Amino acid sequence: MRIVVLTKPVPDPASGGERLGADGRLDRTNSPAVVNGNDEYVLEKALKLVEAAGEGEVILLTMAPATAPETMRKALAMGATRGVLVTDPPIGGSCTVATTRILAAALKTLEFDLVLAGVDTSDGGAGVVAPGVAALAGLPYLSYAASIEPDAAAGKVRVNRITPSGYDVLEAPMPALISGTQALGEPRYPSLKGIMAARNKEITTLTLADLGIDAGTVGTAGATTKVVDSRAPEPRAATRVVREEPDEAARQVVALLAERRLI
Amino acid sequence: MAGIWVHGELAADGSLAKLSTEVATLARSLAGESGGAEVTGIVIGADPAGGAAELARFVPRVLVVTEPSTVDHAAGTIVAQRLAALIEERDPDIVLAGAGPEGRDLAGALSALTGRGVLANAIALRGSPDGPIATHSVFGGKLITESALTGGRGIVTVRPNAVTAEAADSPGSIETVAPAGELTQPAVPIIDRIEAQGAAASIDDARIIVAGGRGVGGPEGFGLIADLAEALGGAVGATRAAVDSGWIPYSQQIGQTGKIVKPQLYLAMGISGAIQHKVGMQTASTIIAVNRDPDAPIADFADMVVVGDLVEVGQAILAQLRERSG
Repeated sequence: MRIVVLTKPVPDPASGGERLGADGRLDRTNSPAVVNGNDEYVLEKALKLVEAAGEGEVILLTMAPATAPETMRKALAMGATRGVLVTDPPIGGSCTVATTRILAAALKTLEFDLVLAGVDTSDGGAGVVAPGVAALAGLPYLSYAASIEPDAAAGKVRVNRITPSGYDVLEAPMPALISGTQALGEPRYPSLKGIMAARNKEITTLTLADLGIDAGTVGTAGATTKVVDSRAPEPRAATRVVREEPDEAARQVVALLAERRLI
Repeated sequence: MAGIWVHGELAADGSLAKLSTEVATLARSLAGESGGAEVTGIVIGADPAGGAAELARFVPRVLVVTEPSTVDHAAGTIVAQRLAALIEERDPDIVLAGAGPEGRDLAGALSALTGRGVLANAIALRGSPDGPIATHSVFGGKLITESALTGGRGIVTVRPNAVTAEAADSPGSIETVAPAGELTQPAVPIIDRIEAQGAAASIDDARIIVAGGRGVGGPEGFGLIADLAEALGGAVGATRAAVDSGWIPYSQQIGQTGKIVKPQLYLAMGISGAIQHKVGMQTASTIIAVNRDPDAPIADFADMVVVGDLVEVGQAILAQLRERSG
């Protein structure tokens, strides 16, 4: 079982340091990078599937600045076999269209049974790259997975896709691309042994030239979207603190609901 | 004349998603600010007639494509291919879709197939001489950004509750069309549809959400949360801690790895308001928190914080709500 996991280093949402630079792009200098939360859930699932299969590998595929190996080591420490990093200065500022093209091109250099991706990232959060990569790569696309059950003998994979009222059970031949959610299960903490081993794991670098992509069609130069303005949000009104007994506190809550026509 | 298209998202039962009625309403105001651009609804599905009729209440014209395969296959990629073919034939400037799971799957595949850019998760949208400008809340709500599409053309996904849906003065026309081309992407069969036991009302576009956190204490504690939600006509939400503890399904989780919601009222019961949860609910119009700890982070951004025991306060609120409704 060979599984590629799309992983993105993102500014740590808990750091409070995320900001935009003067160019309207993410300023990565001010907050530590972590593996995107939803990517950790699919990585955990990938590790479990390869462990259950008793053979195979988990390959991280990342498109990011050249500093990304630092973050990728955290995912390697969880148990991923090796990493592939697409990095090239002109990639900076890429929109989702370019990101999708680059990742789809990089996938062509790899052999796999499954590609897993988090349903979205905590920074961009568009949730459109995974379905786009599947379309460009011509892979069956199974999204919002709460479970992933490959059947290697039959060459098929079954996914429970979260719906508003429950699940749709989807089935597709492998190779396939699956976007997954937190419902796949809690990611493991890296062991000390895992952290040590990660230091020597291979991270291969690919450039735009390796992928045959013209630098002028990606990055800021080829971007299909542009941030034109940014501002601090309107501050919320001051908080009213109620410390009365339950009946009186409830009366004040209900009065506020009535005043705002919520009841 | 520049065209604005609205994707009419169909639920499993063939009805039009509420989110699509909001997106259609937004499309009309965007058209008004864009020199009278023509607004067209697009409905693609196995049995699209009902959804098309509903969407026609909101836009002057609806194009309908009957696509039988969506009845038992994952819809996103299939609808994207049909829509891409229509775009190729008719060349609209803007395609609007909802920013829920269906709209995202559609927008991603559509963007890849057409090369058009995506402004994702808009919370507002306005016209400008350079095309639509979308407003976004980023970095967990710490920053509001405005973004444009290069050349003023592309795809925009819109979050629930960006606007209140309002039907147009007169219903629009409905026209059946058949885009050229074959479906070349692999279709993914739906081999079963499972209704979760005790499935709760969807939080995605709920007007009122009553949410519980670790402070609720256990699955039985969510009984009170559900009672409050019912009394208020709302849906039940939860923090990741409550979901991880198995007290409530993941579908109800609000926050960074759950759903991002924007209800009129968010009643937070026993929720501390950690950043991972805050990012999912901070744009709610009114936030009321009941918490034992007056220093919990939620006190920094709630409109009202009741300091006290959530069971006692919750039951008192419930009793008064029931008294009011008689």
